[in-house]
Amino acid sequence: MKSGSRLEKVLAAGGFAVTSELGPPQSSDADSIRKKAVHCLGKVDGVNITDNQTAIVRMSSIAASSIAVSCGLEPVAQMVCRDRNRIAMQSDILGAAALGIKNILLLSGDHQKFGNHPQARNVYDLDSVQLIAMVKGMRDEKKFQSGDPIKDHEPQVFIGAVENPFADPFEFRVRRLAKKAEAGADFIQTQCIFDIEKFEQWMKLVVKEGLHKKVSILAGLTPVRSAKALHYMKNEVAGMSVPDELIKRMEAAKDPKEEGVNICVEMISKVRQIEGVAGIHLMPIGWESIAPVILERAGLLPRPEV
Amino acid sequence: MIVADRKPLDEILSFVAGFKRIMVMGCGGCVTVCLSGGAKAAEILAAEIRMSRQKEGNPVETVLVTPERQCEHEYIDAPRKDIESVEAVLSTACGVGVQAMAERYPDRIVLPALNTKFMGYPVRHGFWEERCAGCGDCVLEWTGGLCPIARCAKKLLNGPCGGSHGGKCETSSKDNEIDCVWQLIHDRLARLGRLENLSKVRPPKDWRTSTDAGQRKVRFEEASI
Repeated sequence: MKSGSRLEKVLAAGGFAVTSELGPPQSSDADSIRKKAVHCLGKVDGVNITDNQTAIVRMSSIAASSIAVSCGLEPVAQMVCRDRNRIAMQSDILGAAALGIKNILLLSGDHQKFGNHPQARNVYDLDSVQLIAMVKGMRDEKKFQSGDPIKDHEPQVFIGAVENPFADPFEFRVRRLAKKAEAGADFIQTQCIFDIEKFEQWMKLVVKEGLHKKVSILAGLTPVRSAKALHYMKNEVAGMSVPDELIKRMEAAKDPKEEGVNICVEMISKVRQIEGVAGIHLMPIGWESIAPVILERAGLLPRPEV
Repeated sequence: MIVADRKPLDEILSFVAGFKRIMVMGCGGCVTVCLSGGAKAAEILAAEIRMSRQKEGNPVETVLVTPERQCEHEYIDAPRKDIESVEAVLSTACGVGVQAMAERYPDRIVLPALNTKFMGYPVRHGFWEERCAGCGDCVLEWTGGLCPIARCAKKLLNGPCGGSHGGKCETSSKDNEIDCVWQLIHDRLARLGRLENLSKVRPPKDWRTSTDAGQRKVRFEEASI
């Protein structure tokens, strides 16, 4: 075991993994984490705690992850390249591991343009592939990025990364996944899938390259409550593919919330049929309470004993 | 070349508000080519300043000089007499020219009339785009001659990120479309049959060659006197 996290154990046992997501508050309200944690407790194998997503200032991902640990959850602490250099990143990786955080998800991060401090300078000392390689080096080779040894207590974390099968250039997305696997990613969470055909096409290429054996692929899914939300994602979120039929189906629904759940449950059953998919990553943005409902209906509860 | 853009007139007027006799100093180098600070641009700026001040009933006298290049002391030493006859020099050179003047004339106030933007290329007439960030460790060999340091908003070496869409960067907006340089790199390397260049995990960059290790210097021993 690299980290001994529940997520790692489920995947190692060949189980269908389930992760979810929890956004820290735009305040120092620890109780808001505890309240959201209740929805996930015992229902998922790991909970992503986002790192200032969309570049809006929120409680630190590691601090919020630590609160989640104290609630009995196993967080997947996210870390983006936008806000820290390699010194701060390594320091935070050590700190996260010391706080009992066993899963880390490493990504480039949304550009600060999208957030509430567009005037900020960005860092990008490392990119996401380099960050993955650095954390793997810290864990497996017990070395800092500089080459200096980590004498003891190397950070034993399960390393996650992301890939967006819907961004361009499409044919390069598999090659980039291969780079992340080579750099040391243990698992991958994908961008929200609405376009299941394009995702299937991408997974075929992933399987053809044998990448699903090197890195566990968790299909990203987002339940939506309205057609408006789909319109927003189609038009405003970079690198998103939302089929028109799906928007029409939501528009026609009498109870859009119920239809959103139906669609998500159907999506789960579809991605489970796709070769190489090792689990799902559920991102119920601002609708955390729906996660257990969806998982129950998708037959993913109770979670396996590991 | 170095590309610069003139500051708003009101800002420039605020710089020279207290002076009665100023020099507007152009530069015959890059800023002449990018139309922001050559002899003509300096002349137009001087006229605008004079007219504004005339209107306010607070006239100002302007002296115009445009050396071949403001960034070399041989050229800026020549008009010393004129320079010493004014209270302040308003420079329409890039930041290097302004600083060369400040260094060469320690007792003279030197003011910038331009915002120096980048090292760029005229994509079409009257339109320039950034091309080089002067990072000090050129990567163009394996990127197909397209720079991700200067042209990617995240300076990625293992790009593109997940925000590349339809060939455009996620930072694009309707009135400012920015190409995803990683899409361009991908397409050009595909065309050259060198896509393999993108399979290798590129290690972290050593930013000491960039601005992060303090002021940078270039020494060419053979040319030293």
